[in-house]
Amino acid sequence: MKKNTANAAPAYLKSNGVKAFFVSIWRNSMSRVGLIILILFLLMAVLGPIFLEVPKADYLGRLQGPSSEHWLGTDYAGKDTLIQLILGAKDVLLVAFYAGVISISIACFVGIISGLLGGKIDAFLMLITNVVVTIPSFPVTMVLSMVISVSNPLMFGMVLSIQSWAGLAKAIRSQVLIIKNRDFIEASRILGISNFNIIVNDVIPNIISYIAVNLISMMKEAIMAAVGLMYLGLVPFQGNHWGMMIQLSLTTSGAMMGSGAIMYFLSPVVCIVLFQLGCYLFATGLDEALNPRLRS
Amino acid sequence: MAKKLLISLFTIFIALVVMFLIIQSMPGDPVDIMATDIMKRENVQYQIAYDRAKAILNYDPEMPMGQRFANYVKGIVSGNMGISMTYQKSVVSVVGGALPWTLLVVSMSLLISFTVGILLGIYIAWKRSKILNSVLIGYQSIFGAIPNYVIGYLLVFFFSVTLGAFPARGAYSTSVTPGFNGAFIADVMHHAFLPVFTYFLTTVAGWVLSMKANSLSVLGEDYITYAQVRGLPKRRILVTYLSKNAILPLVTSLAVSFGLLFGGSPLIENMFFYPGVGYYLNKAIASRDYPLMQGMFLIIIVMVVASSLVAEFLYKYLNPRLRES
Repeated sequence: MKKNTANAAPAYLKSNGVKAFFVSIWRNSMSRVGLIILILFLLMAVLGPIFLEVPKADYLGRLQGPSSEHWLGTDYAGKDTLIQLILGAKDVLLVAFYAGVISISIACFVGIISGLLGGKIDAFLMLITNVVVTIPSFPVTMVLSMVISVSNPLMFGMVLSIQSWAGLAKAIRSQVLIIKNRDFIEASRILGISNFNIIVNDVIPNIISYIAVNLISMMKEAIMAAVGLMYLGLVPFQGNHWGMMIQLSLTTSGAMMGSGAIMYFLSPVVCIVLFQLGCYLFATGLDEALNPRLRS
Repeated sequence: MAKKLLISLFTIFIALVVMFLIIQSMPGDPVDIMATDIMKRENVQYQIAYDRAKAILNYDPEMPMGQRFANYVKGIVSGNMGISMTYQKSVVSVVGGALPWTLLVVSMSLLISFTVGILLGIYIAWKRSKILNSVLIGYQSIFGAIPNYVIGYLLVFFFSVTLGAFPARGAYSTSVTPGFNGAFIADVMHHAFLPVFTYFLTTVAGWVLSMKANSLSVLGEDYITYAQVRGLPKRRILVTYLSKNAILPLVTSLAVSFGLLFGGSPLIENMFFYPGVGYYLNKAIASRDYPLMQGMFLIIIVMVVASSLVAEFLYKYLNPRLRES
């Protein structure tokens, strides 16, 4: 498929490395903005815990507005909002990342096996997938979060991905069905190449851009679901997750009833919106960047 | 069709098994919790309270697993889902009281956003309006990123706290008598406004986008070009050729998103204290009210499964190309 690249394309577009990927992302103005936003959040998550300490409660200075000392004011216990926001980025990103990766892995496994092998295995896997798709995810996650004590980001990511894989598995299966009868897979079949090698070398490279775009949207959904569960108070998750901040701002400080906690409420909301926006913008250029046929 | 029905029943069955297993593995013994509660409240001996708790919960920890599951399924099929611990009423009556409210809010918001979405979508595609299109994309990328309950809170802040125009909680005021009278209906609509508006704001752009995409692809079809060449009036092309064909695939999504809104109701209903199934599900989970939790969970599953079945059926029925097979 790489041979199909237009001959007239500039040299950097012909290479298929990491550099070409970022060049392609950078050339698209929407995905450029998305990339910058995501990198900023990544820096927050990585550098925050190194340079900042968890703020201590100071009940004398609670619910303050923005000042030079506390840029975004303080919360109900007098802790600095900005520091909590930065420290929270790590958990938000980790939960979203785990949820995305776990559900993508299950979806790829089920979708590719089902599409490629067909027959009884396909029928069985699709039956399970259809059942999981129909069961509404949010109530199940709500009930599950009671039984499974969610104590770390990995666990949280697993709970969130229990259901989200199913819809994607169906989509990947139909993608596999489309390319299944193409010449290059037929050729590999005739050459006697094992199914595993066909999956790794022929199938996955062809659907990688589809998978990547979905990884991003899975992460977006995971953040929404995570924040939703925390807002309902169902996840006794320790840490500075933004969802926890929203919940605390609404339950303990009455942010919406005109108290001084409005900044404490708005800052995590704005961060979530920005992050989602970053994901969305980044994803717009992702397909092009990963699919050499589209670069021209 | 029969196969679909079978899969739906199987789905509900699996949901039952999952629910059963979850209750089995709950931390703490629900019978014991309830027995202690009864003991304190009615001042009876522990053993009597324990027996009564077993009867109310329709759950006996000493029975073997298989028999317990059989009992559990039998109870549900016969409409006996036990008695809610927090409300001291039969679960069936609590479910019956909650379901209409969720149905009202969900179907109203769906109807409004669907209608507005379709009209706007066709308009943008027909006029090829560039300005409206960019407004739409901007709107969707912002409102698609904010959780809907946060939008709900902002609406409460604006409409209830600041303007005082709409009530922020509950389904109707205590001052009106429930029944089929003008005052009650007006009050219910007044209370439903904010939840419906929240759903509307968060879902309308999705409908516009998919309607626009459908219309554009229909506009590219040969029969539209042919109709234009034949010199048919624009109005006729718009109504009979474009709208009909572009709306068709959306009818399925209508049923699917009915299920989605129903499943997502805990968040919105919780924030407006709206007494629907989602609100009670959350209440039940928070207070470890197992029978009520079962009931609410089951009704949500049944509604979602039923709506996806309806979607399947509608699509077959409305699309003449599929009717023969």
